[in-house]
Amino acid sequence: MKWSFAGNRLTPTLTVSAVVVLAILPLVGLSAYNVTILTDFLAYALLAMSINLVAGHAGLLTMAHPAYAGVAAYAVVLLSLHVTQDGVLQLLAALVAGAAAAAATGWITARATKVYFLMLSLAIGEILYVIAVQWRPVTHGSDGLSTYSGMEFFGSGPVVLSGFIYWAALIVFAVLALATVVLTRSPFGSALRGIRDNEARMRSLGYPTARYKYFGWVFSGAVAGGAGWLLVAQQPRLVSPDDMSFQMAGLLLLAVVIGGTGSMWGSCLGAGVLVVMNEVVSQHLNGNGPLVLGIIFVVAVYALPKGIAGIRFRRAERSGGTHTPPGPPEDPTPSGHVEQKREVEAS
Amino acid sequence: MGWFSTNYALLLNGVAMGLLLFMMAVGLTVIFGMLDILNLAHGAFFMVGAYLGYRIAGEATATWGSFALALVTCIAVGAVIGVAFMLMTRPLVARGHMDQALLTLGLALVVSQLLLVVFGKDDHAVAAPGRLSQSVSLFGSAYPAYRLAVIVLGLVVAAGVWLILEKTSAGAIVRATVSDRPMVEACGIDVRTVMTATFAGASALAVVAGLLAGPIQGASSGIGDNTLLLALVVIVIGGLGSVAGTLLGAMIIGLMQSVGVMVAPELASFLTFGAMVLVLAFRPQGLIPARVPVSR
Repeated sequence: MKWSFAGNRLTPTLTVSAVVVLAILPLVGLSAYNVTILTDFLAYALLAMSINLVAGHAGLLTMAHPAYAGVAAYAVVLLSLHVTQDGVLQLLAALVAGAAAAAATGWITARATKVYFLMLSLAIGEILYVIAVQWRPVTHGSDGLSTYSGMEFFGSGPVVLSGFIYWAALIVFAVLALATVVLTRSPFGSALRGIRDNEARMRSLGYPTARYKYFGWVFSGAVAGGAGWLLVAQQPRLVSPDDMSFQMAGLLLLAVVIGGTGSMWGSCLGAGVLVVMNEVVSQHLNGNGPLVLGIIFVVAVYALPKGIAGIRFRRAERSGGTHTPPGPPEDPTPSGHVEQKREVEAS
Repeated sequence: MGWFSTNYALLLNGVAMGLLLFMMAVGLTVIFGMLDILNLAHGAFFMVGAYLGYRIAGEATATWGSFALALVTCIAVGAVIGVAFMLMTRPLVARGHMDQALLTLGLALVVSQLLLVVFGKDDHAVAAPGRLSQSVSLFGSAYPAYRLAVIVLGLVVAAGVWLILEKTSAGAIVRATVSDRPMVEACGIDVRTVMTATFAGASALAVVAGLLAGPIQGASSGIGDNTLLLALVVIVIGGLGSVAGTLLGAMIIGLMQSVGVMVAPELASFLTFGAMVLVLAFRPQGLIPARVPVSR
């Protein structure tokens, strides 16, 4: 690995400030409704990061992860309805459910690559979606499943105030996001990128590539499970098959790619665009937010070959590239390499 | 024979559904084999057909004339959409297949949302033409005549697709482009035109499949994604790039869906998944693999 993955020196500062700003927001007069939307944003940002972990760093473009998050969300609501109100246990259940769903279906990582892999992951996600619709005794079909009991943390009473739930969600988000970033910076992350770029070579170097991909897949499934917990953290704690639909999977994958594959900041920005369009702007467009979002994504596929994270990179290149770009991308250099390599392969 | 006479309707439903799935999946698999593009908008094409049927043929009653008009419109619209998609992927050719798949994904979302904007979120019915909306007596009980017509038409289309691909020189060029594009180019054939025509034909088939499915499933927002999923499973089971495999896979999934939904509605989707898992585990190249292996 000749690339250094120390990242930009500004990135940690920026990240910490962003988290602090996010933590302060409920204190400065944000309405309960907006706090709920902000929690949704955290959920989708974490889900986008879990997708980015495998899509950006292992080259496995996935449409199955929203379904993993959905499985975890169903697990949380079922647990709340039938077993316990303990928020920590519900979170653990979500992580385990996400990881288990990914582990049970993750063998596709060894069976396919590239477009065929995308197709298999879509088939798996859609089948989980259909199960959620059809398994009415457990999932209540397309009506969705909801619970009104608030979570309890460490012996507290049921927490129902949106601000407190939001803070709990922010902590969970920060911890899981950090774990994801740490994994991508680790030797394991470098190995994943090596497999993405040239699997045959990594195998001949002695890496058990199939096992690496499988572990990365299951880990990202657990993170997606955490996102599923975030999805049903706020009242009303409702999960419906729509959260796992083709449309959701497509929008999220596009959000990750538009954000810039490989850049976790880009994924959060992409998820931000998604939430703002779907939940805020959509009201002013007669509910046509998803349509506008689709058009934005189609335009972006043409206009931003390297995603939002790639924009700053190109500008820095033009100005000589002597100073480090001031932006959030973790390390655009390797993705640049890869893009060039892929172009060569494609032609 | 006793079981057959009480359950033949399930089997016929499965065959009808399988033939419609074949019309979807054969276009997907040929496009995939030839262009390496996974057209994720294929389900949206199917939806276009169903909604065109609702609008042109009618919701309650349809005459032969209005249904025929809907059919012709579907073929024309499908061909136009196919050519448009082909033109839209052109700027992305240098950037690889993933970007093209992402483009079709974005377009799938746009097309299905546009349909929702135009036709609203309500489910609609599509009428069968003329007397096909009635039932006929078959093995002593009533069976919808329209589904028999779909079976006949589906068989004709399947035979037509097979004849064109296997027995005509145009089909030979298509198959040659799938297996060795540079060689076809070296023979002086304009590969771009071949690919555009194939894309147009595949899209028209998908839109027509949507129209034909209309009187059975109606027109609603979910049918496109659902059919796309089943078509993908069909391709995995049958073998990528194989027409015969696609037909076999479509029949298996069609029958499994119709019998499974009746016998154990909660388990039908597990069955679909199980079939895909079994094939991937023990025969990853598909039940009837293409003679020229397509890269996966």
